[in-house]
Amino acid sequence: MKLLEHQAKRQFARAGIEVPAGRLARTPEEAAQAARELGRVAVKAQVPIGGRGKAGGIAVVDTPEQASREAARILAMEIRGYPVRSVWCEVGLEIAHELYLGITLDRERRRLVLILSAAGGMEIEQVAAEAPERIAKLWPDPLSGPHPFEIREAALAALAHAPALAAQRGRLAGALVPLALTLHRLALDTDALTCEINPLALSAGGRLIAADGKLEVDENAEYRHQDLAAELARDLQGDDGRTGDDPFEAEARRRGLTYVHLPGGTIGCIGNGAGLVMNTLDLVKQMGGSPNNFLDIGGGAGADKVRAAMEMVLSDPDVKGVFINVFGGITRGDEVARGIIRARDELDVGVPMVVRMTGTNEEEGRRLLNEAGIVPGTSAPEAARQIVALVDGEPTAGPSMGAV
Amino acid sequence: MSILIDSSTRVLVQGLTGREGSFHTQQMQAYGTQVVAGMVPGRGGSEALGVPIFDTVADAVASTGADASLVIVPPAFAADAVMEAAAAGLRLVVCVTEGIPVLDVVRAVGYVSRTGTRLIGPNCPGVMTPGQSKIGFIPNHVGRAGRVGVVARSGTLTYEVIQGLSAAGLGESTAVGIGGDPVLGSTFVDILPLFAADPRTEAVVLVGEIGGSDEERAAEWMTATGFGKPVIAFISGRTAPPGKRMGHAGAIISGGTGSAQGKIDALRAAGASIADTIEDVVRLAGERLGAQLLPR
Repeated sequence: MKLLEHQAKRQFARAGIEVPAGRLARTPEEAAQAARELGRVAVKAQVPIGGRGKAGGIAVVDTPEQASREAARILAMEIRGYPVRSVWCEVGLEIAHELYLGITLDRERRRLVLILSAAGGMEIEQVAAEAPERIAKLWPDPLSGPHPFEIREAALAALAHAPALAAQRGRLAGALVPLALTLHRLALDTDALTCEINPLALSAGGRLIAADGKLEVDENAEYRHQDLAAELARDLQGDDGRTGDDPFEAEARRRGLTYVHLPGGTIGCIGNGAGLVMNTLDLVKQMGGSPNNFLDIGGGAGADKVRAAMEMVLSDPDVKGVFINVFGGITRGDEVARGIIRARDELDVGVPMVVRMTGTNEEEGRRLLNEAGIVPGTSAPEAARQIVALVDGEPTAGPSMGAV
Repeated sequence: MSILIDSSTRVLVQGLTGREGSFHTQQMQAYGTQVVAGMVPGRGGSEALGVPIFDTVADAVASTGADASLVIVPPAFAADAVMEAAAAGLRLVVCVTEGIPVLDVVRAVGYVSRTGTRLIGPNCPGVMTPGQSKIGFIPNHVGRAGRVGVVARSGTLTYEVIQGLSAAGLGESTAVGIGGDPVLGSTFVDILPLFAADPRTEAVVLVGEIGGSDEERAAEWMTATGFGKPVIAFISGRTAPPGKRMGHAGAIISGGTGSAQGKIDALRAAGASIADTIEDVVRLAGERLGAQLLPR
């Protein structure tokens, strides 16, 4: 769950991190009003992805009239598929230097990592690749959190490669200690997997101000942050109900299905277990086909879930065939078979289907499918080859396994 | 021999009376696992499925001598359950719970690392030593005692590999599902040394997937230690688009790391045979062991 800039900044401000004054505007009039109150402002598109500056989604304006005009232009934009629903109008800063302060998950170390750099304003990955010595990292103990001395050491190391800041190095390192402690506390409080201030502006007056903000909340922890989730959903959605997310993925989320859309693919893929479904897509590709989606019905799925999955996959008209790949562990083969048969009977399945099923109750599952006129396969590669042939219309060798 | 668990392992189930907990406890009992206790706060002193229930892990350990536990409780309570098990001195904790907030796992892993406890999971199917014991929910009928060690991030693919190896007559020494989360108690490099030291394990099947760099670290470890046993690796997610979570919280290609090809290349360079399908896994295991496979 990626928060928008203004939402992240509100979290920063609440935690005690200084941010520029700003107003959220959903209309050109609101943007003009913001400019009247704040003076010279930057009008910034609020979208949950990067690269908006390059796309023309940020404008600096001097008058309310300009604010209105630029807001109208930006609010009509769609940036990499995301319609701009609002703009953040923010007081312009006199920036002396751009720094970087961020916290993210380091999977390998199994800890959060706190990253400091005097090279702010660009992607930290780029700095890491081009000038790794300009980055200092520390991995706070997950039980005690970062200690001030650790942050001070890291800050001094990061600032050592910024000659322009040599005179202020000690003072800045001192100022970064409480700021980093606050950001770390905020990351824990919001279950943030990424919590980033880039650039962290050193103002002409010597203050550290969060000029931009990124905050990504762990989806597993959404239950603890329902207020943020609701706010985000409200801010992303326009009058037409669109959010900019893939509409099929949005629908799947509403239905509680684990689904990833691969637009343009022709073969719908359903299975149980993330690894198995990923492999199902790989097999389809390997046999020359193009998977349309990833849909994991999970462990212990009953007939209803299978039917819901079929319905979801078939909702994309690009889908010209469906490949169901099930290993019965907790999920019982007969249950899955009932779901498939019900789905076929209730939904108007006008495309070929191939079912591959092994595991718990596989004999019963196969018997049911056979009786219903669906012949199940046991070999996944063979079944993948079969569905690709059926969809792409190439002649197939062997019995017409699994075709409905 | 085997790794992690055998017929003498005494298992405590944390969350035994829940819907999932009681179902899988019965499955474990049917398999022959010595389930000696349950831990459910507020139910201490009662009994369920023929075993005593305790309010705390410490009580359960003191009364029953449990040395391993299964954590099968809802996500909001799982990290605490893992830490309680570690505090009580259990040798092994298997956490199957899916959907635990990642920073809870970071804290639990940090806590466990200060103790002598080994954590498997979370979001994993558990551990099975065929014919002896299982902790978790690997289906009872798939395993068969044998020569191949299995370590996998994916649950269903673990079952598939086990079933394939069993049907071919190779069988498994121990199968370990390490889990699909971005932060895990044990990764490939924690399990491979155990297989290296186990005389009954003659080859290892490693099932990886996109996301993170645990497979690359495994390859480095194999090269650095000159791991002498044949490794057959299977990586899923070659068609996964970058930036999308493929079912598992940890299965995501991000910032140029975690692609399937990078893992395949690293493991191949370290001497692993790369399989494209489960059938291939079984065939390659047979080849590397010079074994005659039973027909399917």
